[in-house]
Amino acid sequence: MTPHDIKRYARHIVLKEIGGPGQQALLSAKVAIIGAGGLGGPAGLYLAAAGCGQITLIDDDIVDASNLQRQVQFVHTDVGMDKSIVMADTLKDLNPDIKVIPKSERLDAQNASSLLSGHDIILDGTDSFETRFIINEAVLRLKLPLVSGALGRFDGQVAVFDAGLETPCYRCLVPETPPGAETCAEVGVVGALAGVVGSMMALETIKLITGAGETLTGRLWIFDGLRAESRTVALSKDPLCPACH
Amino acid sequence: MNLVINGQDYHDIPVGITVAGLLDHLELPRKKIAVERNMEIVPKSTFDSAVLSDGDRLEIIHFIGGG
Repeated sequence: MTPHDIKRYARHIVLKEIGGPGQQALLSAKVAIIGAGGLGGPAGLYLAAAGCGQITLIDDDIVDASNLQRQVQFVHTDVGMDKSIVMADTLKDLNPDIKVIPKSERLDAQNASSLLSGHDIILDGTDSFETRFIINEAVLRLKLPLVSGALGRFDGQVAVFDAGLETPCYRCLVPETPPGAETCAEVGVVGALAGVVGSMMALETIKLITGAGETLTGRLWIFDGLRAESRTVALSKDPLCPACH
Repeated sequence: MNLVINGQDYHDIPVGITVAGLLDHLELPRKKIAVERNMEIVPKSTFDSAVLSDGDRLEIIHFIGGG
């Protein structure tokens, strides 16, 4: 690390759980974030600030005025522009030391493996169960850890899946698309919740990279914003999981 | 037997009831939820065979998928 790095990341380096080796690991890490929205925004901002060496942002959406209530990586003059490209510029301004790669395309079953391979950790902050299933299958194939976050109304959920043979995957938890699945557009979401849940995703990613503490691997963190309560429960591998059994 | 569901006490639950039976009893849509039993998620494919015990603490978790 250069003297510049030592100053910039001093508050990480002083932590015994991160230290110099942990910061070095962050600087070498390559992560992909799918969904540059309510979750991908804060997750990407904190990972960029943390010095995460390479961040790929995958989102084909454009900034809509209705995003600005919670997607604080965007400003009002960004409306109508590509989310991944605008957010990549913001992250590079925040930390010029890192590499940010915008991919303004929609992840699907055909391109998932090629978009995600070459990364160390995948973050899923998408807004569709179908895309979540495709990401899950891709990380199982590529054997990559997945940090999965979800939002709705006042509720948030975060889990980490490690693509191991004996450990649960996302579809062990959600085997099929829930009928009448609600989107944020339909039922609403309180803006500040995106910061809570997206930051939790960044924190879990930092723990995975640096080896600090105990990650949410194989566990689900459930946050109830209305009650200001959270619980963490153990996930089970489903013996008949459609994706990993 | 007695169960605690989402923090609420339920009495007079038939002995031997399964997770699937309880969801039918409570008229909950099983495709939209996960069931947590004593701090562990019950795999969905085992709902029909997972027999509940007196004093089990259950939480019904609704799937969310927004981002």
